[in-house]
Amino acid sequence: MTIAPAAALRPRFVLAGNPSVLWALLVLAIFTLGVSFLSEGMGVGLISTSFVKTLGKTLCLCLAAVAMDVVWGYCGILSLGHMAFFGLGGYAIGQWLMTARTTEIVAQSLAGQPLPPTPRELEQAVATQIFGVVGADEFPWIWAFSDSLGLQLLMVVLVPGLLAGLFGWLAFRSRVTGVYLSILTQGMTLALSLWLFQNDSGLRGNNGLSGLQNIPGLDGWGQATLSVAFLWGSALALALGYVLFAWLTSGRRGSVIRAIRDDEARVRFLGYGVEGTKLLVFTLTAMVTAIAGALYYPQAGIINPGEVAPLASVYLAVWVAIGGRGRLYGAALGAALVSLLSSWFTSGGVPDVPLGFATIRWTDWWTVLLGLGFVAVTLLAPKGLGGLFDLVPRRPSRRQGDWGPDDGAWRREEG
Amino acid sequence: MTTLLEVDSISVTFDGFKAINDLSLAIASTGLRAIIGPNGAGKTTFMDIVTGKTRPDRGRVLWGEGGMNLVGLSEARIARLGLGRKFQRPTVFEAQSVAENLDMALKNPRQPLRLLLARRTAADRVRVEAIAEEIGLRAHLTRRAGELSHGQKQWLEIGMLLAQDPKLLLVDEPAAGMTVAEREHTTDLLKRAARTRAVVVVEHDMEFVRRLDCRVTVLHEGRVLAEGSLDHVTADPNVIDVYLGR
Ligand SMILES: Nc1ncnc2c1ncn2[C@@H]1O[C@H](COP(=O)(O)OP(=O)(O)OP(=O)(O)O)[C@@H](O)[C@H]1O
Ligand SMILES: [Mg+2]
Repeated sequence: MTIAPAAALRPRFVLAGNPSVLWALLVLAIFTLGVSFLSEGMGVGLISTSFVKTLGKTLCLCLAAVAMDVVWGYCGILSLGHMAFFGLGGYAIGQWLMTARTTEIVAQSLAGQPLPPTPRELEQAVATQIFGVVGADEFPWIWAFSDSLGLQLLMVVLVPGLLAGLFGWLAFRSRVTGVYLSILTQGMTLALSLWLFQNDSGLRGNNGLSGLQNIPGLDGWGQATLSVAFLWGSALALALGYVLFAWLTSGRRGSVIRAIRDDEARVRFLGYGVEGTKLLVFTLTAMVTAIAGALYYPQAGIINPGEVAPLASVYLAVWVAIGGRGRLYGAALGAALVSLLSSWFTSGGVPDVPLGFATIRWTDWWTVLLGLGFVAVTLLAPKGLGGLFDLVPRRPSRRQGDWGPDDGAWRREEG
Repeated sequence: MTTLLEVDSISVTFDGFKAINDLSLAIASTGLRAIIGPNGAGKTTFMDIVTGKTRPDRGRVLWGEGGMNLVGLSEARIARLGLGRKFQRPTVFEAQSVAENLDMALKNPRQPLRLLLARRTAADRVRVEAIAEEIGLRAHLTRRAGELSHGQKQWLEIGMLLAQDPKLLLVDEPAAGMTVAEREHTTDLLKRAARTRAVVVVEHDMEFVRRLDCRVTVLHEGRVLAEGSLDHVTADPNVIDVYLGR
C-alpha cells in the first residue's frame, strides 16, 4: 500500500473534507428556492401558503433531528427529552409575540378614548387580555422580559441551555447512562409538560400561547409573504446548524465524541473528561433544538403543553432511527419524510380503505403504520434510510486514499 | 532510583471475597517490572485500583515525588497525571481508523473546551506516523481498528499508550493471542519504552517474562508472594507450590 499515511489525519476545512455537507446544503438551497418560486407569496402560486408553512415547519423539525442525531447517533446519549427544549424555545418566542401583538391591539382599541391610557393602564389591559383565560390580570414574573424582542430571543437559548446544563450536570456527574438516562429525560419532559398544564405556571396552562403567526410590526406583509420569509429563516437555521454539527463531529473532537458513544470508560483512561464533553454536546444540541422550536411555532401559530409531552421526544428519536443515526443527512431525511407523511395521513389526505367488515381510517391507523415502518427499517435496514446512499456506487476519487482502502462511505461522512 | 508509584497496604473486597489483601508494592521511575500470578491473583484488580477504576477499602496509592494520594481521584484525572493503561482484553475504538485512535491518545489538552477548538497539527501527524512505525502499523493507518488482527489491536493499544506519553505504563497481558514473532516485537517495544519511563507488565507466559529480563513480583490471593529476579522467584518453594507446580 502506498498511501501517504500523513493523509490519514490531514486537516481539511469541514466542508471540503466532507462532501456530504456540501450536497446537503445544495439540496436545501434548491428546495428553498424551488418552494419560494412555486409559492403564493413570492412566485407562481402552485404551493398554498399553508403548505409553505408545513414545509417551513418541516425544516425546523429537520434541525431538531440533526441535533438529536449528534447527541444520540454520535455521542450515544439517547435523550428522550429534546422536544422539551424545542417547546421551551417556542414558548420563549411566543411570549414576545403575544405581548407585542396584544399590546398593539389594545393600544388601538384604547386610542379612541378621550384620555390616552397611562402605561400602567395599558399594561394591565394587555395582561387581562392575555391572562384572562386563566383568571389572572397581571403579568407573571416569567414574562418580565416579554416586551423586549432582544431579551426574549436570548431566553430562547438561555432557558433551554440552563435546563439542559443543569439536568446534564446532575445526570452525567452521577454516571447515569443508557436506559436509565433515557427514562430520566422522559421524566424531565413529562414534568415540564405537567407544570405547563397548570394554570398558575404563568404560561396560560392548557390554553398555551396562540396567535403566534401574526408578527408584530410586519402586518403589511401578509401571511403568504411571511410564510416564505419563515421558510427562508428555517432553511438558514438548518444550514447553519448543519455546518455547526458537521464541524462538531469532525476532527479530534468528533473522534472523541464517537469514542464516548462506543466505550466511554475507555475514553476516561485516555484522560478525557467524559462528563464535561457529554454535557457540552447535550447542552449545545438542546440550544440548537430550542432555536428550531422558536422558528417552528410562529409558523404553527399556537403552542400548548401537549407539544412537550414525552411522546414528542420519542417521535424525534424514531425519525432519527428511521433516517439513520450517525449521519446528519440521514436524520434530516428521516424527520422530513416521516413528519410530512404523518401530516398527510393524519390530516385525512389519504383516502380510507374499506375492507368490508371494517374501514381503515388513516387518521387512526397512521401510528400503526409508522410503528410497522419503524420495525421494518430496524430489521431490514439498520443503517436507516440514509444507509441507502451507501449503495450508490462511487467512482474512485483521489480522496479515497484518505479514508481507507475499502469504500466504507459512512466513514467519509463521519470523518 | 526514585520511586514513582507506591502502593501502601491496599485491600479490596468484592462481595466478601478479598481480591486484594493488604498489598504493598513500589515501582521505580524507570525500567520494567513484571507481575505474575495464577488466575484470580488480583493482578488486574491491582491495576484497576491504581488507575481509579476500583476504589480500595483501605490503603493508599502514592504517586510521584510529592506522594500524592491517587485514591478517590477520577480515572481521567489519574490518566492526565501520567498513568497509561492497556487492558487485558484489547480495547481500541473499532469504528475508527488506526490514525484516529492514535491521534485521540496523543498528549494534548484534554479539557472539553480546549478539545472543542483543538486542531490536528503537523507535529501531531508526524508523531502519529512515528508511533505507527514503531508498532508496525504504519501501512494500516487508514484502516478501521476493528479490521485489525488480535495482535495488531494489542499493538495499537500499546501505541495509544505511547502516544499518551505517560510516566507509568500499566500493561495487562500484552502478548495474549500473539504469534512467537509478534511476541518478540512486543518485548522489544516494552523494553524500549522502559528506558525512559516505568513499565509494569502483567503476563502469564513465562517465556515472555524471561525475555523481558526484569524484576518480577509474584501475586497470590491478593498479596505479594515473592519478589526478585525470575530465577529467584521460580526457585521459591512457595511460588512453586501455588503457581508453577500445578
Ligand atoms: N468487579 C468485581 N466484582 C467481583 N469480583 C471481582 C471483580 N473484579 C475482580 N473480581 C474477582 O477478584 C479476583 C481477582 O481478579 P483479577 O481480575 O484481578 O485477577 P487476575 O490476577 O487479573 O486474573 P487473570 O490472570 O485471570 O486475569 C477474581 O477472583 C475475580 O473474580
Ligand atoms: Mg487479569
